[in-house]
Amino acid sequence: MIPILSVRDLKVSIKGDEGIAAILDNVGLTIETGRILGVVGESGCGKSTLIRAIMGILPRAARIEAGAITFEGENLLVFSETELNQRIRGSRIGFIPQDPLLALNPVFKVGTQLLEIMRDHAPDNGLRGAARKRSHVARLVGLLRRMQVPDPDAALERYPHQFSGGQRQRLLIAAALACSPSLVIADEPTTALDVTTQNQILLLLRELVAEFNLSMLFVTHDFGVVAELCDDLCVIYAGQSVEAGPVDAVLGSPAHPYTRALLACHPERASSFRGIPGSVPSPLAAPPGCRFAPRCADVLAECVKQAPPAGHAPSGAVVRCVHYA
Amino acid sequence: MTGEAPILTLHAVSVALGGRRRLFGRSVPPVRAVNDVSLAIDAGEILALVGESGCGKTTLGRTILGLQREASGDIRLDGTAVGGLPPAKARKARNAIQYVHQDAAAALDPWWSIGRTLREGLLIHGVSDAAERRRLVEAMLAAVGLDAAAGRRYPHELSGGQLRRVALARILLLRPRLLILDEPTSGLDMSVQATVLQLLLDLRDRLGLTYLFISHDLSVVERLSDRVAIMYLGRIVETAPTRTVFARPAHPYTRSLLAAAPRLDRSNRAERATLTGDPPTHARLPAGCAFYGRCPVSMERCASVPPALRPVTPGHEVACHLAEPDIPPLALRTGMAAAAVPR
Repeated sequence: MIPILSVRDLKVSIKGDEGIAAILDNVGLTIETGRILGVVGESGCGKSTLIRAIMGILPRAARIEAGAITFEGENLLVFSETELNQRIRGSRIGFIPQDPLLALNPVFKVGTQLLEIMRDHAPDNGLRGAARKRSHVARLVGLLRRMQVPDPDAALERYPHQFSGGQRQRLLIAAALACSPSLVIADEPTTALDVTTQNQILLLLRELVAEFNLSMLFVTHDFGVVAELCDDLCVIYAGQSVEAGPVDAVLGSPAHPYTRALLACHPERASSFRGIPGSVPSPLAAPPGCRFAPRCADVLAECVKQAPPAGHAPSGAVVRCVHYA
Repeated sequence: MTGEAPILTLHAVSVALGGRRRLFGRSVPPVRAVNDVSLAIDAGEILALVGESGCGKTTLGRTILGLQREASGDIRLDGTAVGGLPPAKARKARNAIQYVHQDAAAALDPWWSIGRTLREGLLIHGVSDAAERRRLVEAMLAAVGLDAAAGRRYPHELSGGQLRRVALARILLLRPRLLILDEPTSGLDMSVQATVLQLLLDLRDRLGLTYLFISHDLSVVERLSDRVAIMYLGRIVETAPTRTVFARPAHPYTRSLLAAAPRLDRSNRAERATLTGDPPTHARLPAGCAFYGRCPVSMERCASVPPALRPVTPGHEVACHLAEPDIPPLALRTGMAAAAVPR
């Protein structure tokens, strides 16, 4: 099967007052059509930069040094801002943000805000003017009903603060799906929610992926959520992708020393709470070669010379570590 | 270390928040944020208080601390009654209880060095000798795993994990015996969370502390705590030793909560029941059991009669009409086995 999205050897740097920070260094990932890929990493590992690079909304100071981002066979990096807006963002790639309260404007009705997104990005089916808007309202109400938002017609006339956190997240999922995307990028959409609400949203997302023929990139720091939701998993450390493969393979027999160390910190697995010695290197002074080398228990001399090539672990996962090269 | 005399006991404590009487128009009744809570914390134990946002766990923590005056009920510290006092007097009487904020960075003054922040607490609490303050601060920084140089740093120079350590050090300098930890690891990365949890365990053993650990992260609760109290809409619905709660949860809400928690083990994912709907608000509590309406096994009686917290086995108390002592576990009788989390 052709992957819907593939990111190859992506290098992104951001120029700041203190020098050039190599935020992403050799990040690669692939989302097969119809699957949910979880991207896992600790804070500062470059998860958000990766999402921004895919959507073409990197900050001005950022530069893509190398690599390719291919979406449905097209190289996204060659598109202009206008082309991205007209053809990709919102329409073919939907986005579910982390904080639904931050993503909604408190002084406008929910309906106004969601329909504005549809006006700019939803397919028009040959309709114009009032007929087009009516078809958008009908589609939105249908989606809200599917999202189990109570009384969807009245919901459009309400303001964001009148909804609970879980309901607000449902509104934004509806907004992301309203324009019939083929890929949805979700940025930790359940971190702010309680476990029972989180569980409802995760189940809903799984159903929707099958129902709407979606593929999904799901960014999180929570391995438990990945285990609940995702088919595949990609682990990122300090701007380098270290291990990728089916969730069962990676969680079942983690291969990269970082993946192993991180999973050993999970309360469900930890024999003792030792943590990982050392701290994540600053992107301003990233160590050469494998960025995990300074904290790695199995470090070899060649680890610090050059970035390790991709190899295969017995589990079937792709691992960037000299021990599997 | 459990099984000793309770350091703190709450008996039928209720807290009312807000409410307004208007001369004209409709009065706004106060909200019962904490409703008839009885709880005992043994010296040296880690009691986890678990519940979803808005269930009243932070209000209960503030009440224990003395910042929030209870509407009714009895609070005893080491057997001495310390309830019914206005905040200033209550804090004085409950000096042995201290509170560690959820957001450590927000609790520190960005313009003050860590050392100055730490020394201030000692000054307020009557350590008048500057050299002595300096010595105590250095010793405490070492105890929480920071080097003395951290005292000259400012909050923005420290990482999230280090800030938690500073927040702990600041409170521990006051020599508390009971610490209320409000989500002590929320927002931390997993590898950092692990080291902070280890520090908490070490400090408990070394300084003989007791923790009331407020959390919604069940995987952390399972590993860290000795006993768990589950709270729903201002009431305690189940208390038991941690192992019992996770192996044989008796209250339907506890089961739903455990079933909803994301787990690494995917083997039994499909079998788990999910909870539908949002929790009702404190302002509109059902007449009977607060969980009625979302409960998958409720009966007629649940709608009108609130269930009392009763022991089902020694040390395991449940507030549910369906959980009664000396009868087979709920799962077997109601066919709700799917909702139980096999361990």
